[in-house]
Amino acid sequence: MSKKAIQVDAKDNVATTTSIVEAGETVEVLSPNGEVILKTKPVEKIIFGHKIALKNLKKDDAIIKYGEIIGIASKTIKTGEWVHTKNVNSARMHTPGEEVKGITS
Amino acid sequence: MTEFYGYERPDGQIGIRNHLLVIAPIDCSYEPAKKIAEQVDGAVAITQTYGCGNDSMLVHNLAGTALNPNVAGVLIVGLGCETLTGEILMEKIKPSGKPVYNITIQEEGGTLKTHEKGVRILQEMKQETAQLKKEPFPLSKLTLAVECGGSDATSGLAANPAVGVAADKLIEEGGTVMFGETQEMCGTQHVLARRAVNKETADAIYEIIETQEARQRAMGVDSRWMSKGNIDGGLTTIEEKSLGAVRKGGTKPIQGVLYNNWERFDTPTKPGLYLMDGPGWDVPSVTHMVAAGAQIVCFTSGRGSTTGHAIAPVIKITGNPRTFKNMGDNMDINAGTILDGSESLNSVGKRIYDMIIKTANGRQTKAEALGYNDYIVFKRSREAEHLLGHC
Repeated sequence: MSKKAIQVDAKDNVATTTSIVEAGETVEVLSPNGEVILKTKPVEKIIFGHKIALKNLKKDDAIIKYGEIIGIASKTIKTGEWVHTKNVNSARMHTPGEEVKGITS
Repeated sequence: MTEFYGYERPDGQIGIRNHLLVIAPIDCSYEPAKKIAEQVDGAVAITQTYGCGNDSMLVHNLAGTALNPNVAGVLIVGLGCETLTGEILMEKIKPSGKPVYNITIQEEGGTLKTHEKGVRILQEMKQETAQLKKEPFPLSKLTLAVECGGSDATSGLAANPAVGVAADKLIEEGGTVMFGETQEMCGTQHVLARRAVNKETADAIYEIIETQEARQRAMGVDSRWMSKGNIDGGLTTIEEKSLGAVRKGGTKPIQGVLYNNWERFDTPTKPGLYLMDGPGWDVPSVTHMVAAGAQIVCFTSGRGSTTGHAIAPVIKITGNPRTFKNMGDNMDINAGTILDGSESLNSVGKRIYDMIIKTANGRQTKAEALGYNDYIVFKRSREAEHLLGHC
């Protein structure tokens, strides 16, 4: 069975993985209706519960999950890329300058 | 148009259960009250554990539970010298037209005499209320409370959004939904306020969430950022974390904030989605929402949870397939099918919606079948609120 990622709301530009995805593995992104809306091969490992970009995003683009803005891209993000603290800041409050250490993707 | 079957109460509200409620207004009389309730089928005893004071927050919650339409009749069993007297509760409950009785152990002359009188009163109420028949009513008469507890990474991904789909559908069919736990809304006030139907509600959303943030700062908790565990689990910002929690309330416009304090204890005034300014712990949160009129509860839990409620059915939903397998005795619905792609979010939402209707019509939840009568009133500290300038 191929690896899956879930788009929670049809407006979302990120989806959440439902298992560990190894670099180069194909991920099927499922819409809220269960349709496959994207197949992509991440260039890096993405662990369960983390996010994957559904489209190319520019710096300062809004990151949308649950149909709402969850943050702002702090750098360019490509389709299929891991989306997390390394490339997203809170839109609402100051994000500490230091990247959080100790997360392995 | 979907309908549900319920019992019409004298005040026009519709109950989906036909409980008799025994209230010990002070914990001194709780043990005798429980023994009395045990004697009659469908009777359940509740109390509060904040000692001997006539605190309006306690009165609101105890009386609110009695006014919930799942309750057919009420017996108050006091010790006799408590400050929060049965009369105070009677005055609040009587306008509903429900039968309500008040006895005290000191006046009746000890436990056994009180027990005999209490059981007789309950038996007679039961004989009358047992003949009530369920009739069909529109969903505009049904209020659902949504709650999450024992969350894990699957909660925001599967169970909460699926319950949100069911909540949206219930509102589209004319129903009412409420969700609470203000502390889990921190960081989403701007998003929730945007969904408010008017400025008054938007202002209230900002007020309750920012007050909660101030409470947490006063306790030394930084509500502005997350734990390493949250971030390791895939949560990138505080907005994302809180949005995962509030998603269980669905996506509909917010009709109003239900205040739950010393001055006000609001209940929904018309159908739609409401936000309750309530406690963040599972059982008190459910207790407060049921006291505000919810007849039925959807409760999501990734790790698994057992709790029910004294007078309302609680449907347990997990997004974690392993939890559904391990804790099948406690969990009603497996939303984990979303994770392996075998079922869509909308399909699981529809299953939850169908379960809400079936449960309203009489199907027992796992917590009901196990006989769980969880009930805990939560009261804020007046001293702390005063120091924070909120009281």
